Amino acid sequence: MSARSEKPVIRRDGPALGEAETHRRLSLSWATPPGLWGWLSSVDHKQVGRRYIVTAFVFFLLAGLLALAMRMQLSGPERTLLSPDRYNQIFTMHGTTMMFLFAVPVMEAFAIFLVPLMVGTRAIAFPRLNAFSYWVYLAGGVMLWVAFILNAGPDVGWFAYVPLSGPQFSPGKRVDFWAQMITFTEVAALAVSVEIIVTVFKQRAPGMSLNRIPLFVWGQLVTSFMVVFAMPAVMVSSSMLIMDRLIGTHFFNPAEGGDALLWQHLFWFFGHPEVYIIFLPATGFVSSILPTFARRPIFGYTALVLALFATGFLGFGLWVHHMFATGLPHLGNSFYTAASMTIAIPSGIQIFCWIATLWDGRPRFATPLLFVIGFIVVFVLGGLSGIMLASVPLDSQAHDTYFVVAHFHYVLIGGAVFPLFGAVYYWFPKFTGRMLSERAGAWNFWLFFIGFNLTFFPMHILGLIGMPRRVYSYPAGMGWDGPNLLASAGAVILAAGVATFLGNV
Amino acid sequence: MDQSPRFAADLAHLPTSAHGPRSLTWWGTLGFILIEGAGFALAAAAYFYLMGQTETWPPGLAPPDWLWGTLQLVLTLVSLIPNLWTDRVAHADDLRKVRIGLVVMSAVGLLTLVIRAFEFGALNCRWDDNAYGSIVWLLLGLHATHLITDVGDTLVLTVLMFTRHVEPRRFTDVTDNCVYWNFVVAAWVPLWALLYVVPRLV
Repeated sequence: MSARSEKPVIRRDGPALGEAETHRRLSLSWATPPGLWGWLSSVDHKQVGRRYIVTAFVFFLLAGLLALAMRMQLSGPERTLLSPDRYNQIFTMHGTTMMFLFAVPVMEAFAIFLVPLMVGTRAIAFPRLNAFSYWVYLAGGVMLWVAFILNAGPDVGWFAYVPLSGPQFSPGKRVDFWAQMITFTEVAALAVSVEIIVTVFKQRAPGMSLNRIPLFVWGQLVTSFMVVFAMPAVMVSSSMLIMDRLIGTHFFNPAEGGDALLWQHLFWFFGHPEVYIIFLPATGFVSSILPTFARRPIFGYTALVLALFATGFLGFGLWVHHMFATGLPHLGNSFYTAASMTIAIPSGIQIFCWIATLWDGRPRFATPLLFVIGFIVVFVLGGLSGIMLASVPLDSQAHDTYFVVAHFHYVLIGGAVFPLFGAVYYWFPKFTGRMLSERAGAWNFWLFFIGFNLTFFPMHILGLIGMPRRVYSYPAGMGWDGPNLLASAGAVILAAGVATFLGNV
Repeated sequence: MDQSPRFAADLAHLPTSAHGPRSLTWWGTLGFILIEGAGFALAAAAYFYLMGQTETWPPGLAPPDWLWGTLQLVLTLVSLIPNLWTDRVAHADDLRKVRIGLVVMSAVGLLTLVIRAFEFGALNCRWDDNAYGSIVWLLLGLHATHLITDVGDTLVLTVLMFTRHVEPRRFTDVTDNCVYWNFVVAAWVPLWALLYVVPRLV
């Protein structure tokens, strides 16, 4: 062939480029830019995921410190460590931070880091949107906490019921900060959910059909769909609230045709699925950890996936069970009682599958598995008190008491935080290249497990003997002193467990 | 461990963008349509909920005037024709026709915003009159933000298509933008019925 007819070699991609040059170019393409600006502007899902995890744990620690302050205040009757106003801000900040700034973001953080790796893609879908979501989330959290430090923290509870949170009973800026924070964090959560859905649907490696994706990915996929349909409710309602407060609308003002229960309907239409938005990713942790340490494949993959779907679907039909005490029609209450009990079925299927995996395996009781077993014990107890509360007569008695506080901490800490700690121990080497100490891990687990039960089990009794939640103090002689002191002592042990975790990482 | 790349195949000839479900942005758009659709549905549910709280609806106020809202309905429905045409020519990567389509859609979009401004004036209520006024302003405002979003997107795409920024993925952006406009129009049909027809039925 003459030189004239030869095609010029286009040194673009492929073998013509040579391996060394290809490697150099690929590295340049995918590397995070150097320096502070490069760090700040990174869109690498692993880096953003780690950033989310660390930030969420910082909020977890801050909210935990608030919980300790509350327990110190309630350790005995008529204590004066905290003023009533400060106490109101503290329990609101505790719940708000745990739900909006810790629980949901940390679960998403794990998805951001792990889902692309698990489905075999190099980057999450829409990486810039992903980085944007982190900064929006951070801005919302920082705004809320700066307000709190400046004595402008919200003081109306994490679900901010009207009319208490409305313009008449909560003048000032406290609730405005709360409502604005909701917008920030929900925008972040919605963005991440779209990223996860698209990543799972469109970016799976060749050969990884949906029926082969890990259960963790299934959990995150179902969760993402729940976020897509649930979180607009809280965005709509918090926007209505902020408009009632700032520009004089009347959505929740009965004097002008508004209705206070509209807030509760919209909030809990989001708020109840929120529980599963936190819990379903945790089931993914459990389904990932168990096969490793039971040393056998997970039992009932298909049943577990179907249970996720059922939970995701039924989770939207329960919200009224938060409103049994508001005097809604009995027929409606009966429906929501039935629905609340029905959701125990998919949860039960999951628990049986996990127990069967352990039963038929050769378990090695490393720290992640300890936390999974702790999860099963605590979550089942929380589920049982949930079935009790699904019954209208019992709920009417226990509503707004410490029984409810005990129940949701068993469900949320049991259902999400125990698996989360297990997941941190399990994936820490993946995140950082370093293995955590097993000895410290065992201490972490036992202190956390014992501390948790000492803190929250007595609250069942406190609720049943009539102690209402959200009181900053109580008189002596009500029979509440002993259980409260025990709960406060338990909180110290619980905190020691968290401190051990911090020391370990 | 040797981490140097190994060549399995040369994929340089593959297209860098694709239309419809083969495009990530199409899926992302669909995701946000679901989110915003859920928002519309919940706001509409709030409308019916508030309606159930009063004996008369609208309470002590006249329903919105027909003219501007209905004109908006007609215009947006008719706009589906140039929108679908733009979508089709963008699929064919026909730059000249895409430019025409985008200019038409930009003009239509700007016109819908003008009409929307008149619609607010024809609601016969203020947002702070009562709960009815609050919810109709919320619904109309919610839809107005969608109009503004899509018109802004269309204008940017128009500028891009008339400047040096034309590249294959821009045609995909145009088709995704057309999908979103379909959603904005589809959302307006039930909202129009809610705002203009329902108050006259009860």
